[in-house]
Amino acid sequence: MSGQSHIPAAFDGEPAFVPYLAAGDPNYEASLEYVEALERAGADCIELGLPFSEPIAEGPTIQQAVVRALEGGMTVERYFEFVSELDVDTPLVCMTYYNLIYRYGDEEGPEPFVERAAAEGIDGFVVPDLPAEEAGPLREACDEHGRDLVSIVAPTTGEERLQRLVDLSSGYLYIQARLGVTGARASVSDRTSESLARVAETGTDLPRAVGFGISSFEQARDVIAAGADGVIVGSALVDIVAEGHETDRPVAETAAELEELGRELKEGALAGTETEASQAD
Amino acid sequence: MSEQQRRGGDGKFGEYGGQYVPEALMPAIEELTDAYERYVLDNEDGFMDEFRERLRDFGGRPTPLGRADQLSERYGVEVYLKREDLLHGGAHKLNNALGQCLLAKYMGKERIVAETGAGQHGTATAMAAAHLDMPCEIYMGRRDINRQRPNVFRMRINGAEVNPVDIGRGTLKEAINETMRDWATTVETTHYVIGSIVGPHPFPSMVRDFHRPISAETKRQSIDAFGRLPDAVVACAGGGSNTMGIFSEFVDAGGLPGTDPATNEAGAEDDVDLYAVEAGGSSLAVDEERGVAPNSASLSTGTEGVLHGARTKVLQDADGQIMESHSVSSGLDYAGVGPELANLVDEGRVDAVNVDDDAALEAFHRLSQAEGIIPALETAHALAYLEEHDDPSELGEYVVVNVSGRGDKDLESAIEETATRDLPNAPEMGVFEGEGGLR
Repeated sequence: MSGQSHIPAAFDGEPAFVPYLAAGDPNYEASLEYVEALERAGADCIELGLPFSEPIAEGPTIQQAVVRALEGGMTVERYFEFVSELDVDTPLVCMTYYNLIYRYGDEEGPEPFVERAAAEGIDGFVVPDLPAEEAGPLREACDEHGRDLVSIVAPTTGEERLQRLVDLSSGYLYIQARLGVTGARASVSDRTSESLARVAETGTDLPRAVGFGISSFEQARDVIAAGADGVIVGSALVDIVAEGHETDRPVAETAAELEELGRELKEGALAGTETEASQAD
Repeated sequence: MSEQQRRGGDGKFGEYGGQYVPEALMPAIEELTDAYERYVLDNEDGFMDEFRERLRDFGGRPTPLGRADQLSERYGVEVYLKREDLLHGGAHKLNNALGQCLLAKYMGKERIVAETGAGQHGTATAMAAAHLDMPCEIYMGRRDINRQRPNVFRMRINGAEVNPVDIGRGTLKEAINETMRDWATTVETTHYVIGSIVGPHPFPSMVRDFHRPISAETKRQSIDAFGRLPDAVVACAGGGSNTMGIFSEFVDAGGLPGTDPATNEAGAEDDVDLYAVEAGGSSLAVDEERGVAPNSASLSTGTEGVLHGARTKVLQDADGQIMESHSVSSGLDYAGVGPELANLVDEGRVDAVNVDDDAALEAFHRLSQAEGIIPALETAHALAYLEEHDDPSELGEYVVVNVSGRGDKDLESAIEETATRDLPNAPEMGVFEGEGGLR
């Protein structure tokens, strides 16, 4: 598949549920089923992690997922096989670190990776260790192949940097709900609303998806009610995969649990729209 | 060299360098870049004056440059040792730790975090933080904690928290990842004292500049001791901070305001050969299957990649996954190297060479016996290069070796590693074994 990214359609209409899983966690076959379960749960777009050995932006939950996937034999080549074998229609975003993108192919630089990823059906990229300063070459490669580059907006991002990120990005903006690394938390940070408001002030029409710490119906609802266009959920889902792996639970059971939490989060996001609407009245 | 390059420019050294960090850290990196330019490069508020004063009164600078009589005789060249092992704390690391902690204070930061491998940087940071009355937390791989207990204790008695890192192999690479995570959570109040010339801009330039006194003193002391600059300077290279510390004024004289004019007028820097000695470990070959490099020789065998915030030479597999490195010296056990050093090697200004674990251990015992100086296992690599050289006189008439640190911290490792080998110059090891022995 090539042509254009399908990400815009994911945010076209109701609030989006954007789950994350590390491809190949805890092994290739189970992971395929887990990702497909998330589509059944109502995922509008899936962030599919390509495991890197030094995941500096991840908390312990996703870090362990990355370790499991790498130990389970995940490689860049296997990742592309994984993507082509996946039976989903949901747009896919490749989430990984820059070194893997940079090293792929015969020449150093992001173009060969983007070309291959586009051919396998990846719609866009999130690269946590690539700030706007270094993102030029990847942005160009994405333009060339009709893919999206999703930037992360942090609570510490000031006005000037925010505008730069908005100008650089396509697909959606990943609004980091709080400082720190990925990981499920009990409540949604006040800084989320602040960040959403600041992004709105730039006048961008890019969808705003909030991630970092979202794990429940209530949080998904609150984030959408605060003005987000989507919720990104990683660690809470990865926890289910980890537990299934540790307790030797059948893959189908873990998949069913992922689907259940996925539905809950999607419903939470939908409920957020109603809250938002009632607030507006 | 242009003004922009002298000032660290955009943090690029040829193809290397840059700022590959999460967005949440970028505002802090911008703030730090601004502080580096104002306080370090422009001496605003007398920052550099205070830094030099504290280096002298607290740190004990200048450190001596002394002739190694027995080694000079052995190799048939004049061997001089730059004694960074005599700096407060026992290693060159204090230059940088003190500089960064002081800078953090000028920036109004309240808390210090740092990573450490051999523990020497952690010790220096804990000392500097205590000296400046700042709370300090150190991240250290579990494996390194077990290899370096005396340093862990030194950090603790200086009031620092030491956080063990269990993931991965439990060495420096993992400790850096963990410190980055802490920093990403606390970035608004905390400064991350990176321990080498690695990481995102401005760290490589800034850390080099805090270590420049090694180089400036070496120039002046060489002229005092033998009337001219040395023919060769030899330093060990892991991340590369002592390396760039002693090379910097030979590469780019007068890089900072207030540099002693005598060091600039010495001239002919290009005539001084610079050798960066890496850890060849047990082999330069790589186990692709297991993703393990049994060495830490990223300058000699690494390929271009992005690690811990910078593009540099990295030990990695064909996919770009970072390999586990190895060295008998935990201070050199790192899969990357400073971007400036990588560029200087590419440009041919610095020669990257390496020696293996056995040669380093032999050199450890040799210096201890011949000169009464117990070197760090890192430093032992630099000394081993003299021995490994077929004809040391090819290095020239005067050779300066940077004694980057003292070996007290490595005694446990040295006992263990010596006992497993048949070294020609090791003391009788039997006394260290069994009941009543030292262990």
